[in-house]
Amino acid sequence: MEPVYLAFVFVLAIFLGFELISKVPSTLHTPLMSGSNAISGIPLIGAIASLQISDPFLSALLGTLAVALASINVVGGYMVTDRMLKMFKKKEAKPEGGGK
Amino acid sequence: MNLFINYVYLISAVLFIFGLKMLSSPATARKGNLLSSLGMLIAVVVALMSNGLDYKWIILGILIGSAVGAYLAAKVEMTQMPEMVALLNGCGGLSSLTLAWAEYHQQPDTSLFIAIVTFLSILIGGVTFTGSMVAYAKLAGKITQKAIVFKNQHVVNGAVLVAIVLAGIIFCLNPGSSFGYVLFIMIALVALGIGVTSTIPIGGADMPVVISLLNSYSGIAACAAGFVISNKLLIVAGALVGASGIILTQIMCKAMNRSLANVLFSGFGSGAAAKSSGQGAQGEIRPASAEDVYYILESADSVVFVPGYGLAVAQAQHVVRELGELLEKNDTEVSYAIHPVAGRMPGHMNVLLAEANVPYDQLIEMDDINPRMDSVDVCVVIGANDVVNPAALNDESSPIYGMPIIETHRARTVIVLKRSMNPGFAGIENALFFNNNTRMYFGDAKDSVQALVAQFKNN
Repeated sequence: MEPVYLAFVFVLAIFLGFELISKVPSTLHTPLMSGSNAISGIPLIGAIASLQISDPFLSALLGTLAVALASINVVGGYMVTDRMLKMFKKKEAKPEGGGK
Repeated sequence: MNLFINYVYLISAVLFIFGLKMLSSPATARKGNLLSSLGMLIAVVVALMSNGLDYKWIILGILIGSAVGAYLAAKVEMTQMPEMVALLNGCGGLSSLTLAWAEYHQQPDTSLFIAIVTFLSILIGGVTFTGSMVAYAKLAGKITQKAIVFKNQHVVNGAVLVAIVLAGIIFCLNPGSSFGYVLFIMIALVALGIGVTSTIPIGGADMPVVISLLNSYSGIAACAAGFVISNKLLIVAGALVGASGIILTQIMCKAMNRSLANVLFSGFGSGAAAKSSGQGAQGEIRPASAEDVYYILESADSVVFVPGYGLAVAQAQHVVRELGELLEKNDTEVSYAIHPVAGRMPGHMNVLLAEANVPYDQLIEMDDINPRMDSVDVCVVIGANDVVNPAALNDESSPIYGMPIIETHRARTVIVLKRSMNPGFAGIENALFFNNNTRMYFGDAKDSVQALVAQFKNN
């Protein structure tokens, strides 16, 4: 039963993703990509949970590698996205300058 | 405890979804990103609370990864964002691969379903990793940007793909044996190879499509890893990223009027394709000096800048913004029309202009500017070429025929800033340069615009 249930979650999430992302304006497509890079660092939590004390050495090594790589994604992705989004500013209402 | 962790994961998923939803407007986007990162933070915190974890490894991994990530995020230039995204795609793919491997190593004798998703994690993760590394090397100029094609490339790639699927089937039927482990390692190695061979035949101009696609792969790889460890949050988050990458890929392909298959397999930009249209447009060009251009701009009511990647290469975005502000003081309406494939990744030009303090409400999409192009006084094309080439509309023999363009030739006057008459990235002559209403303003983009700014300040 479990695989079917996971597949349900997967398919619904894909549809939700299409709905959400198609509303993102093209101005924000670069932050969208770096932001989704951060989200795709989600294997981090799986990698953390896989690092059990009883692990054989190779598993521990691979798990640590997975944690490190996913952390690069999470930290790098969110930070660089924030750096970019900080730069998007609306036009300030300036006092009228001189005419022609 | 397990139930509690799962509920918190649900909250994380909701935060990711809200974060993406808030990306639908630049005004809320930053808050959305913070919300999304909060979701990630609480997911990590509860993951750390489960029993029997080996913390020394976890802390070591998190420290190294966070330091590298923070360093990259703080140091990267905005012009290098495509390289950064390519690197992050690669890290995502490899982390899914290593996670699936670690799981398999601990428990090689698994069910058929787990074996299948393990195989998929390794395959997609491996392709994403090396594919992204090749894309990174191309974008960073470490290897040639040209498409590298060799004879029978598709036959070889196809054969390798069939072989890996067959190996995968045998592996899935018997994952627990030592032969299964050997197959597993071979599949991983071949997947890494496919990443390279499938990305090298794609030219530099098509990199926006490739990194969008790899973005999607990295999400799908996370999904597959989620199936391996039965974790719903990995599946949801991976699916969101996968969908995002696919949508961006579609947008990029549409903006170039090419199918995804054409981008991936045609070897566009290897030199062979461009030569066939050698005759190109001919005619007289009308050069203009800084003073001429100044008088045109000074008397204009509306000016639309059309920036291309050449603008960023010349580091001219700040002077362009300065010129824009001077024009506004002169009661001229200023906006920036941005083609979806301008720059080296989706939305790249927008970020570069935002960095130069151009307000985002002045950035206009192609589909919004084209209908009112006839009423625009002056279009200033800076460092863009193919995206304003009218051949895409009326020359059926042109390799870019059918590609949507910013129709600058319909504006009353077009000023093209260009270093020389060399054709652009795709090697195609541009009829726009020979039009009656076009003035060519030759020189380095930054120096040229600076000269205009000086003219405005002196007069």
